[in-house]
Amino acid sequence: MSEVKYSKEHEWIKLEGDVATIGITKHATEMLGDIVFTELPEKGSSVEKDGTAGVVESTKAASDVYTPVSGEVVDTNQTIVDDPSKINEDPEGAAWFFKLKMKDMSEMDTLMNKEEYDKFAKESAS
Amino acid sequence: MEIKKTSLYQLHQNNKAKFVEFAGYQMPIQYSEGIVEEHKFTRNHSGIFDVSHMGQLFIYGDENLIEDLEKIFPLNLKDLQLNHSKYSFLMNDEAGIYDDLIVTKIAKGFLIILNAACKDNDFIILSKLLNNKYKMVLDENRSLIAIQGPKSVEILKDIIIGVEELSFMTGNWFLFEQQKIYITRSGYTGEDGFEISLPNNQVEKFTKKLIEKGAKLIGLGARDTLRLEAGLCLYGHELDKDKTPVEANLKWAISKERVSKGNFIGSDIINKQLNDGVSKIRVGIKPEGRVIAREKTKIFNQSDLYIGEITSGTFGPSVNGPVAMGYVENEFSKKDTKVFLEVRGKKHPANICGLPFYKKSYVKGANK
Repeated sequence: MSEVKYSKEHEWIKLEGDVATIGITKHATEMLGDIVFTELPEKGSSVEKDGTAGVVESTKAASDVYTPVSGEVVDTNQTIVDDPSKINEDPEGAAWFFKLKMKDMSEMDTLMNKEEYDKFAKESAS
Repeated sequence: MEIKKTSLYQLHQNNKAKFVEFAGYQMPIQYSEGIVEEHKFTRNHSGIFDVSHMGQLFIYGDENLIEDLEKIFPLNLKDLQLNHSKYSFLMNDEAGIYDDLIVTKIAKGFLIILNAACKDNDFIILSKLLNNKYKMVLDENRSLIAIQGPKSVEILKDIIIGVEELSFMTGNWFLFEQQKIYITRSGYTGEDGFEISLPNNQVEKFTKKLIEKGAKLIGLGARDTLRLEAGLCLYGHELDKDKTPVEANLKWAISKERVSKGNFIGSDIINKQLNDGVSKIRVGIKPEGRVIAREKTKIFNQSDLYIGEITSGTFGPSVNGPVAMGYVENEFSKKDTKVFLEVRGKKHPANICGLPFYKKSYVKGANK
C-alpha cells in the first residue's frame, strides 16, 4: 500500500517503490486561489529536500513550490503547465507536479501523516 | 491606527469574503468563487464593487471656485456642463501626480472622487491651495458602489428608473426611498456601468436589491485584473509623485486649450514634455509565453540593456494570458518592439503592445 505524507509547506508526497509523486495540497490551493501559471523542475535534474522545485502563481501572487524530499526528477506533469486551472480542480489527484527517484528513504519519516497535516493546516489557517 | 470598515462589511462577510487591508480599510479581495470567476462574471453579466473607501469630496462655490480649481486641474472647467465628469490629476509643481481623480460638476460646486490612499492628503493640499475659501466636505457619511458589466443597466434601471438615459461620464441625482443618491455612468473595468453614491444607512439595502436582480459582489482582486485588461492606471503603481500625466501616456486627459494658456500647477513641465517629448513612457506589455511579470520586474531590450520596469502585471482571465503595464525608455515604446522581462533570473520575451488588452464596451450615448 502506498502511503501519502505531507510537508509544512503544504506539499503531499506519495511513495511507490522508491519513486515519490509530489503535488500541493487542497488546502494550499484554497489559500492560493485561482492558479494561472506553473513552472516545474527539469526532468533529470536533482532537487534537495526543502529546496525550491517549481513555482505556482495565482492571480494575486507567485509562490515557490518546495520538494519535501531529495532525489532526481524522473517525470513532470505537463498538463498542469498547459492548463494550470487543473491544479484547483484536482490538486491531490490528477494535478500532481513531479516524480522523484528518492535518494534517502528516511526523509519520509520527517513528514506528517494525514491526521497531523489536517491539524497543522487548520492551525496555520487561523 | 485602527482599520476602518465600510458599511457593507457585514454583507461581505455573509458572502464569505476574504479580506485584505487596503489603504487603511478592511476590504474584500475575493469571495468564494474566486478572482477568475468574478472577473468573467463582470465581463459577461454584472458585478458589484464596494468602493466606499474612496474619497467623495464635495466642494461648494461660485465662479470664483471654477477659476481657482482651474489653477489646480488641467481641465476646462468653465465649459464643463452640469452633471458631466472628467478624469484629471492633482499634481505638484513638477507635474508629478499626487492623485488621479474624477471631477463632476454638480449644482453649486463639484464632486471629486479620490483614491482611498490619497484622500486625506488630497484634502490637505486642496484646502491649502484654495485658502479655505470654500466649503469642502470629504463625506464619510456616504458610501460608493460600482455596478459594472453588460447587464448592469438592465439591473439598475429596475431599481432606479431613468439611469438608462445617462451617457458615459455623465451623472444625476435620483431618489431611492426618499433619499438622494448620485449616479454616474462610469467605472474602472472597461465595461459599461455605473457608480452610485448613497447614504451609508442605505447602501446595504440597495446592494441587496442589486443582488436579488442577479448582480454579484466582486472583490478587489478581480477589480485589479479587470482594470489592467482595460489598460487603466492604478495609483501607487502606474502613477505616483515621480510620474507626470504625459509620461503616463494620459495626455488625452489634459485640456489642449488649458495647456496652451498654461497657468495651472505643473503646466510648465507639461508644456515642456508635450513639446520636447519624455524620456520614459507608460506602455502595455504582452509576454509571449505564460509567465507572469509582476510589479518591479525589470525590462531589457534586445541588446540586454535595462530599459524600464513593470508597474502592474497579472494573468488576464478574459485575455487568457499574462498582461502587464510598465514604463520603458521612450525609444523602445513603439508597438511590437521586442523586449525581455526578467522573472526569477530568466529573461522571457515580450512585446510592447497597444492598450487596452481587452476592448472596452462603454456606452457613448443613451439608447433611444
